[in-house]
Amino acid sequence: MERLVHGDVSVGDVLPELGIDVTATTVVLGALASRDWRPMHHDRDFAINRNGTRDIFLNTPNQAAWFERYVTDWTGPTGRLGRMTFRMNTPVFPGDHMIFTATVTGTEVDDTGCGWIDLDVALMVGDVATTTCATRVALPLDNDDNPWARRGDAWRP
Amino acid sequence: MNAEAVTPELPPVPEAVTDRIGLIQYEEEGGFPVEHGYIWTTCASVENGNPLFWDDEVADALTDGPIAPPTMLSVWFRPHHWSPGRTEPAVPLQAHFDLKDDLDLPEAIISSNTNTFHDPVRIGDQVRSRQILRSISEPKTTRLGHGRFWTIDVEYLNQNDALLGVESYTAFGYRRPTVAGS
Repeated sequence: MERLVHGDVSVGDVLPELGIDVTATTVVLGALASRDWRPMHHDRDFAINRNGTRDIFLNTPNQAAWFERYVTDWTGPTGRLGRMTFRMNTPVFPGDHMIFTATVTGTEVDDTGCGWIDLDVALMVGDVATTTCATRVALPLDNDDNPWARRGDAWRP
Repeated sequence: MNAEAVTPELPPVPEAVTDRIGLIQYEEEGGFPVEHGYIWTTCASVENGNPLFWDDEVADALTDGPIAPPTMLSVWFRPHHWSPGRTEPAVPLQAHFDLKDDLDLPEAIISSNTNTFHDPVRIGDQVRSRQILRSISEPKTTRLGHGRFWTIDVEYLNQNDALLGVESYTAFGYRRPTVAGS
């Protein structure tokens, strides 16, 4: 896995896309892994007849895990997530092909010397951004820097 | 007869509710210590091969030992589906449901959610959470109905009182428009 450093990244950079075919297993495994027992994430009858959706759908905590995986696939293990803001627009169902996309919207080094990257990340199904996630992730400034070593006032996500 | 949407007037926010702004509520401990099995299950569910979660040498070098993915913050606090003696289902984000009741706004959606990550969550940590109502808006009308926005923070801490992260939920509680003349 590659390890990005802050200087490798510029505003406007586009991350490689990640495509995933969603199955019922994707949805159920994700819900149970995140300890979300609500029936709309594993019971198709409940989802259709009670929620009025066309099938079971990905839960939000598991979507967050997908976003994390997508971003840290790009940064490598030295990338440290600071902040994520989600907007959920429409559900993601089995049979959907989800594609994660992202663009770099900002880079900065804060007063403590921590290097930050801001990203607009989207989970797309077809032409629809089903969920968007503004993400702030810290990257090392060089190969001797490690954002994970930051504590207290030296970590300002 | 023309059917016309009618926006119901909202009563002022009761003082007992505004008094809760900024107060710590519902401080609770997670049901079990952070454990590696759930970390691997979660990584498997999203095919996350980050060596930080699979390779102890990488974790030792970067994070002084194994940690959980930051986005698993709330996983450690979700109640078991069943536990001995419990007769009522446990409701996460109780402060949100309190506001729906207290403001008489029967419908609500979470309009946005910001997670901020602080100290890493480590294997064996006993996570506790607490809910803090941050704000309640003036009455607003959206396409869903007439109501109020509110923001609730859920803070997560470990057994040493270190802040692990904050989940900030902005919700819109509302009444559906009634239809005059129907």
